[in-house]
Order: sequence, then C-alpha cells, then structure tokens
Amino acid sequence: MLKINNLHVSIKGKEILKGVNLEIKEGEVHAIMGPNGTGKSTLASVIAGKEIFDVTEGSITYEGKDLLAMSVEDRAREGIFIGFQYPVEIPGVSITNFMKTAVEEIRRYRGLPALSELEFRKMMKEKAKVVELTEKLSDRSVNEGFSGGEKKRNEIFQMAMLEPRLSILDETDSGLDIDALRIVANGVTKLKSPENSTVVITHYQRLLDYIVPDFVHVLFDGKIVKSGSKELALELEQRGYDWIKQEYEQRNQH
Amino acid sequence: MTPFQQFIQKEFGRLKAELPYHETTDALRERGLESFIQKDFAGYRKENRQVFDTLIAPSAEWKFQTQPPAYRPVEEYFHCKVQNIDTQMFVFLNGWYVHRKDALSVSEDGVITGSIFAALEKFPQLVLPYLTQPESHREDSLSALNRMMFNDGLFVYVPENVAVEKPVQLISLTDSNEQLMLHNRNLIVLGRNAQLSFIQCDDSIQFQKTFINNVTQVHLEEDARLSYYKMENKNPESLLFNEVEVVQKAHSQFFSNAMTFNTGYLRNKINVYLTEPFSSAHLYGLYLVDKKQQVDNQIYIDHQVPDCESYQLYKGIADDEAKAHFLGHVVVRPDAQRTVAAQTNRNITLTDQAQVTSKPFLEIYADDVKCNHGTTVGQLDDEAMFYLRTRGICERNARMLLMFAFANEIANHIKIHTLQERYKEMIRKRLNGELTICDQCVLHCPHIKDIGKDIVTA
Repeated sequence: MLKINNLHVSIKGKEILKGVNLEIKEGEVHAIMGPNGTGKSTLASVIAGKEIFDVTEGSITYEGKDLLAMSVEDRAREGIFIGFQYPVEIPGVSITNFMKTAVEEIRRYRGLPALSELEFRKMMKEKAKVVELTEKLSDRSVNEGFSGGEKKRNEIFQMAMLEPRLSILDETDSGLDIDALRIVANGVTKLKSPENSTVVITHYQRLLDYIVPDFVHVLFDGKIVKSGSKELALELEQRGYDWIKQEYEQRNQH
Repeated sequence: MTPFQQFIQKEFGRLKAELPYHETTDALRERGLESFIQKDFAGYRKENRQVFDTLIAPSAEWKFQTQPPAYRPVEEYFHCKVQNIDTQMFVFLNGWYVHRKDALSVSEDGVITGSIFAALEKFPQLVLPYLTQPESHREDSLSALNRMMFNDGLFVYVPENVAVEKPVQLISLTDSNEQLMLHNRNLIVLGRNAQLSFIQCDDSIQFQKTFINNVTQVHLEEDARLSYYKMENKNPESLLFNEVEVVQKAHSQFFSNAMTFNTGYLRNKINVYLTEPFSSAHLYGLYLVDKKQQVDNQIYIDHQVPDCESYQLYKGIADDEAKAHFLGHVVVRPDAQRTVAAQTNRNITLTDQAQVTSKPFLEIYADDVKCNHGTTVGQLDDEAMFYLRTRGICERNARMLLMFAFANEIANHIKIHTLQERYKEMIRKRLNGELTICDQCVLHCPHIKDIGKDIVTA
C-alpha cells in the first residue's frame, strides 16, 4: 500500500531523514518508535505533504502512485489520514461544517453520491460514538478550547468520518491520561479492518497494549535502525533506547 | 479657499433660497458655511485628502436636489418583497422622503416618524434642542457642509417607556442621470427607557456617480436602548460619508453594527459621547472589500463621566486593490474613573496590493480604568490552512471556511435573527465571489423574509 524508498528529507538545509525504507501492506499495523528528535514527526509531516520540508532523495509510492507529486488534499482524498500530535485550533469553524466540507469533497473525489443532510447527521452521530464524543462538541469550533484529550479524540473522530485506507497517528497518546488513552485507542481498534492499515508513532509501549502492532520499527538518527515484532516494543520499554544507540554506533564503526 | 470651497460657496449663494426653510434654518446654514470655509480640507490626514482631491474637488458637475422629486410610488423604481419584511420602512429618494400623504405620522403610543422638516413645523420643541445645539469639537468640514446644505431627513421620536416592536428601516436610494450631491440629516430621539432597532441602508439604483453626505444625530435618554445597523449596496462610483453622533444619558445602551460589502468610497464615522454614568456603547463592524473599494471606519468615543463602558470590534478582509482604514479614538476624561474600554481591529489582506491601515488611539486621563486595544493585519493562518487540507478540503474551500469564520464573528452580534441569517448568507456569497453589486439591496432581496419578526432579546 505504502512504500517508502531511501527517503532523505531536509529542513532549511539540515538533513532530518537520512534514507528511510519502509513498506506497509494492506491490513497491517506498524509502530514507529524512537527517542525524541529522531525524525518521527517529520516522516508523518512529509507523508501529509507539509511544504516546509524538502525531499532531497528517494520516493514514496502509495497504491502505486507517486505520493510526493500529489497535493495535500488529494493525499487525503486518496485515503491517507494523519492524526496530528498538536491539532490546530480553528476559531469560528464548527466541527460540523468542517466535516461536512471534508466529507463532501472526499466523496466527490471518490465518485460517491453526496450524502443528504439526514444521512450526514446520522453519520456524525454514529462516528462520534467511536470515541465517546458528545453531540454538543460538534457545534463547537474545531479544537478551540479543547482539552488535550478532547483534541485527540477529535482527531480519531475525524478519522472515523473520513474512512481512510492508511492512517498515520503521530503521538496520539501524548498528554493523555489513562482513561482518555483507552478511549482513543479503543476508537482506533474499532476502526480497524482487513482492508485498512495503521501506522502508530509513539514513544511508549503503553498505547501498543491496545493497538497491537504487527511490526515495530525504531527510528534513530533519521533512519530505521531496527525492526521486529511486537516484542521489540516491550524490550524497548524495559531497556530504553541506549542499547539501540550503541548497536547503531558499533555498526557504523565497522 | 480651495476650488471646492469656492464651488460650494457659490452654489450655496445661488441655491439657499430654494432649500427647505424654517425660521431657525437660515442661521444654522450660515453657521455651517462659516465652519465649512474655516475647516480646510488640507487639514485632513493623507488618505482623506486624496479622496477629496481626486474624487470630489475637481468636479463642477455636482448637482443639488433642492426640491423633492415628484411623487412616484416606490414600487415603480424599486422592486422588492417589501410586504414580507416586517419593518417600518421609510424610503428616501434622492434625499427626499417619499410619501403620498402625510410627511409625518404619530402612532397610538406616541411614536413620531417622518420628515424632519415636517417635524420642525409640527413639534419644534422635540427637534430644535438637538438640531440647533452647538456643533461639537468633532465637527469637520463635511459635517459643516451637511449643516449648511441639508434638505430632508428622517425624524424618529420614541416617547418614554415605549419599546418599538418593529425595526425602523431607513432606505436611501439614488436614481438619477445627474451627478447628485445629497445631504440628509436624520434625528433619532429615544425618551427615558425607550427602545428601538434602526436599520439604515444606502442603495444605488443606477451606476451614476453620487456624493452622499449624511449626518444622523442620536439622543438617548436615561435607560434608553438603541440598536443601529448600517449597511449599503452602492455602486463603485459612489462616495458615501455617513456620520452618526450619539449622546448618551445614564444607563443608556447604544449598539451598532456596520457591515460593508459593496461600496465605492465609504466613510462610516461614529462619535459617541457618554455623558452620564453607567451608559455603554458596543460597536461592531465588518468590511469585505475588493477591487478598488475603499472603506474608512472612524470611531470616536468620549468617556466624560465615571462608570461607563465602551467596546469596539471591527474586522475586515481586503482583496485585490481595496483599501481599508480604521481609526479608533477613545478619550477617557480625568473624571471618568472606573471606565472600561476595549478596542479590537483585525484585518486580513489577501493580495500585496490590498492596503489596510489601523490606528488605535487611546487618550487616557483617569487612573482607575480598564482599557485595552489590539490590532492585527495579516494573512490567513497557514497552520489552519494546512490542517483543513489534510482532511481533503481544497485550498479554495479551506480559505473560504477560514474567512467565513473570521467574518461571522461580527454577524453573530446581530440581534435580529432573520437579519443575522441573511447576513451570513451574504458573507458566504460575497466571499465566494457570487456577489458583486446585486440588483437589489442587501435587505430587499426577495430571498429575505420576515425581518424583525423575531428579535433576539439579550
């Protein structure tokens, strides 16, 4: 589904990603872990289409198409969803209006008939249940004055509304207490199907108790330095990242 | 003397005998002339001077309408679904009140409405104290010009304890092949604990150039409440100067909302005098200007006494080569302790050619006050744009959503529900580029129905 090949990315001349290789197939759940500042969020931003990053080398193909050539909105319409670590507050734009516009445009792009007002309302109601959002929230402005937990739940709510094929969740667990974490993680699990894939970017293993990954990758110094099964996450939780660092440095010396 | 001053002086000499007369008006007009001559246009700030120099002054083509045009029923030249609009409508054509019979009417509860000259004849005691009061220190050459040349205007008097249910709607139309210069003087007097919603709309029927210089005097007695809505649908050739002078007594409340969508050059000037304690003024404004439109909002709020409150929120979007100016001047006099004054002006420029000038000006002489002001001029928030696009929304629609949200904040303050809905629709259309000069005024569009049936009470 998504194939990242030797991806090099810089910002203002500074290289952040230094040759990332990653393949995600239909139905798989991948976790990308690693210490702070190693390029995890950069990877998510580049897939989303953020323009301040320069791709200097390599490629990303999504469903056989050149992802990097697509506009930000077309990536979303093609089925990529990014759950942001810091969702933006947008005063004056209601969640309902926001989602209505998004769903309309995506459905049109995918050649699906437009939803009636009633169908849309029904959909909003159903999807809000996924992350236990109250209906009251839908009249509020996007993320404005939301608590950390509400912002993350709102991200997963949007994911439910847009029905993506590939979701990349960037630090969705950060800043959440255990109850909020459970709600958010259960939401993601409910949305899982054999056709869609998920990439979870996280620091901690805890989220992976809920969203069980098929593969775990460690991103370090702009590269994926280690990949393994879900047990790797547990090992990282117990041993920290120092041994990864040492292994990586030793390998580089030879 | 400037050529324009010479022109006006000459025309005044020629026309003064034709202008409507009352025993008090000659002195008023002469005083106006004196003041007009004294106040040099060159004394104005640069932006205004340019308008005078390039648009007004060189033209000797200006014609004055000193006599009312022959009566024609409004329906003949102005098509609207008036029947469905639940307001009391007063139409002025080329500066004159259009009426078949009485120029003045008195309702059962004592509300007087109609031509200001008719009111001068019939109820001089209600008109003269305001009309002849000495000019304020804020009077500029245009207010003086109005004092000198005014022909007609709307008079509204609401006696004490009367709350007028239906909004009063003043519609000023221009329909002429000539280049008209019009000066209307309106007067709104609210007695103790009286209430009124007032909608003032200026509308061009043709594309002929016009110069409209209106002054509206407002007097609010103790506990009186006025909501004032200003809007216009003028052609790009029009020059519209609109000045509102508000004098407020104790516990009175003044609320205004000025929405600008279509205009040529527009100046909205509001002077508020808080003369007794616990009076408050809330002023809102929105301007969405494009092409070569120019809008200039000038606010002056005079906190003369303690315990008053003023609040200003003006927002605007300037596209193409449009220009927007905002000047917010707040004076807090030495005695005006415990004043609360807030002022905010936010602007978005969409092109490099669009110009926005914003001047907050707080003059504070009291020490126990809460005053703040904030001004921004910028572009749309990039982070928000990106976020919306990552949800599949194209750049154009993302921009629309953000601009709509920005503008809606002002529309949300409109207290007449149907008017508010209509405005949001207008904002949407305007931002969508579906609306330039509409055939019909904002308020008279056939899609708007039942205005005023459901005033939202605060």
